[in-house]
Amino acid sequence: MSSSALVPQVPSGGFNFSNYQRNVSLCASGFPAPKTTKTGTTIVGCIFGSREDIGVCLGADTRATSGNIVADKNCEKIHRIAERIYCCGAGTAADTEFTTKKIESQLELLKLNLGREVPVVVANRLIKQLLFRHQGHISAALVLGGVDNNGAHIYCIYPHGSTDRLPYATMGSGSLAAMSVFEGGWKDNMTEAEATKLVRDAIAAGITNDLGSGSNVDINIIRKNLPKPVIMRNMEIIGVKGERMGDYTYPKGTTKVLKTEVIPIKVEDEVVERMDTDQD
Amino acid sequence: MALSMMESNNRLIYNDAGQGPVQHQFSPYTDNGGSIVAIGGPGFAIIASDTRLTSGFAIYTREQGKLHSLTNAAVLGASGCWCDVLSLTRLIQARMKLYKHEHQKDMSAAALAQMLSTMLYGRRFFPYYVSNVIAGLDEEGNGVVYSYDPVGHCDKNMYHAGGSSGALLQPLLDSQIGLKNMAIKPTAPLTVEKALQITKDVFTSAAERDIKCGDGVIIRIITKDGIREETFKLRFD
Amino acid sequence: MNSEGGVRSFDSFATSLPKGERRNPITHTQAPVTTGTSIIAFEYDGGILMAADMLGSYGSLARYRSVPRLLKVNDKTVIGCMGDYADFQYLQAIIEQMEVDEACKDDGFQTTARSLHSWLTRVLYNKRCKFDPLWTTFVVAGLDQDKPFLGFVDKLGTAYTDPIITTGYASMLATPLIRKAVEDKLKDKNEKLTLAEARKVIEDSLTLMYYRDARASNKYQIAIIPSNGEASIIEEPKTLLGDWSVAHLIK
Repeated sequence: MSSSALVPQVPSGGFNFSNYQRNVSLCASGFPAPKTTKTGTTIVGCIFGSREDIGVCLGADTRATSGNIVADKNCEKIHRIAERIYCCGAGTAADTEFTTKKIESQLELLKLNLGREVPVVVANRLIKQLLFRHQGHISAALVLGGVDNNGAHIYCIYPHGSTDRLPYATMGSGSLAAMSVFEGGWKDNMTEAEATKLVRDAIAAGITNDLGSGSNVDINIIRKNLPKPVIMRNMEIIGVKGERMGDYTYPKGTTKVLKTEVIPIKVEDEVVERMDTDQD
Repeated sequence: MALSMMESNNRLIYNDAGQGPVQHQFSPYTDNGGSIVAIGGPGFAIIASDTRLTSGFAIYTREQGKLHSLTNAAVLGASGCWCDVLSLTRLIQARMKLYKHEHQKDMSAAALAQMLSTMLYGRRFFPYYVSNVIAGLDEEGNGVVYSYDPVGHCDKNMYHAGGSSGALLQPLLDSQIGLKNMAIKPTAPLTVEKALQITKDVFTSAAERDIKCGDGVIIRIITKDGIREETFKLRFD
Repeated sequence: MNSEGGVRSFDSFATSLPKGERRNPITHTQAPVTTGTSIIAFEYDGGILMAADMLGSYGSLARYRSVPRLLKVNDKTVIGCMGDYADFQYLQAIIEQMEVDEACKDDGFQTTARSLHSWLTRVLYNKRCKFDPLWTTFVVAGLDQDKPFLGFVDKLGTAYTDPIITTGYASMLATPLIRKAVEDKLKDKNEKLTLAEARKVIEDSLTLMYYRDARASNKYQIAIIPSNGEASIIEEPKTLLGDWSVAHLIK
């Protein structure tokens, strides 16, 4: 570009679209793009308690799918963003993972620079700006939840970068099933136990009624008056693994040996290299 | 794009016949899931299906078996586009009645197998989107399995897995029933008990990895004494 | 239309291509125009309860606010329709005429829910095969030999029966709620829902649809199909209010 003489070249960053045209023509001639792993997913979050006793409860199922196939029966969908901010992810597994990791590192740097706990709004703003910049190409649908000095917050973040601040939120293919539980059961000022039960029921509704969701319930509870969150990984197993009746081990020798050849290792030279472990 | 015209080779091509911002494009087909497994052996044949009927990510019902008993010696398993399954099976029932009135006997498994092939090919250019498997007893009373593609190609085997988990289960059956690629093979003939155990186990496995397979299994065991039914629970998530 | 079967404005296009390459812009493929949203129905201990709201949507416009989508076919059969309202009215006229013909025979027989369900399956499947579908989903509720019968048929002819049937957005929003209510009662007391409990569940479901389905409204009808031999009824329309106390928490 001739303009580069006048304007300093800014590194473009982000995704590289140079293969876009090639990929379109490959698709058209019968070579479709490889399948990405989706989290299918039911993820939810809600606020409970009030004032100093306020907190958030986040929940997720543990099924990851690739088309009609279950890719992972027990994946983790609740990601750490900061000590008291967590984020549930639905959509393309890699996108939710990398988005939350990227924001986690940015928030950590920010915390070290500022010397104080970073509020949840900041995490929300950083994520939405990242997602908006990529115009929906990052398929991450998130439920962000955490506590800070201002209280407890739940944000619903869509792949194109729009966000919602809500008392309760659901996302993923099981979001409607989960929302049916919240709409009927959510109250202002619930206890932690009530909130946990409600979130469990919401995830269970997703697991049993939505084919994209399955296996177990994961729950995280973050409270304003507690320094660390309570992480309940696999707090309930809803899709119980079926039991096989037969034994499917093959007797030794089942696989036919076609040829045997032994190549002895000939030692030609022996060298011992010492590592300097002295740290001076 | 709605009313745009594209120029190509000096000829106007209207780019909007049936595409563009049309809200609904009617598709006569849908995939309602469902898996079928059939195994034939000396003196018996068994066929099984799961009981989940789906549409997209939703479960229509948890108790829709996909087996259709045709005669005392043949059971059809059919899954795929459920509206085609319903129509095809009713048509088969009608054709069987015509046969019975004309010939004063039930259709044999082989005759049913041939008839189904003909019926499927009859809709070559608007196919029944159905995965069919017939399990039955042959003239000697031994198990046979016929499997089909949607337009009527018919294969006669001793075992087959079809439907949504077909690709998942067929290699398992090749190993456990077909005893393929083994240097040491069990020599004892296949028993009903063994076939039944394998059928249940492969469905348990399919329910682990195929989101459209689950809830339950219906199994029909065909012997010279008639047809016996068994049910079996699967994970429901 | 001209004899080529083309729409007037496309004439020049249709004839400017050489024979064999002519594209016919007319297809039977249609889109629904005035539509109704979800139907909700399930069994309770004394029969079946079915509900639908009364909104006729015109795309995203809430065009007609009081159209009944439940039809009492006879004392033992009620149907509900989701989808194109014109297609529903077309079938309604045919079904009502069938009932008149049946009554005129005066032979003591009546259309049963099972037979009507089967008939709808065939009508809709045949239309699908002509690529000219009736853009509707029906829920058929009634009695078949004094036992509750609840069936589903869609525009393709896909059909099944189940104690709980919902269509459209209700299949994602209301089904989890209803399945849980039914399963919990069965687990706790080994019983089916009573009429009062079922009514509570169906009203909760309708409220949920009103909150979350943009094509739903708060005016609705409930049909009761009792299994004790009493005639089925479609109740007078009711309006639900919903609870909006959560609104002030959303900033």
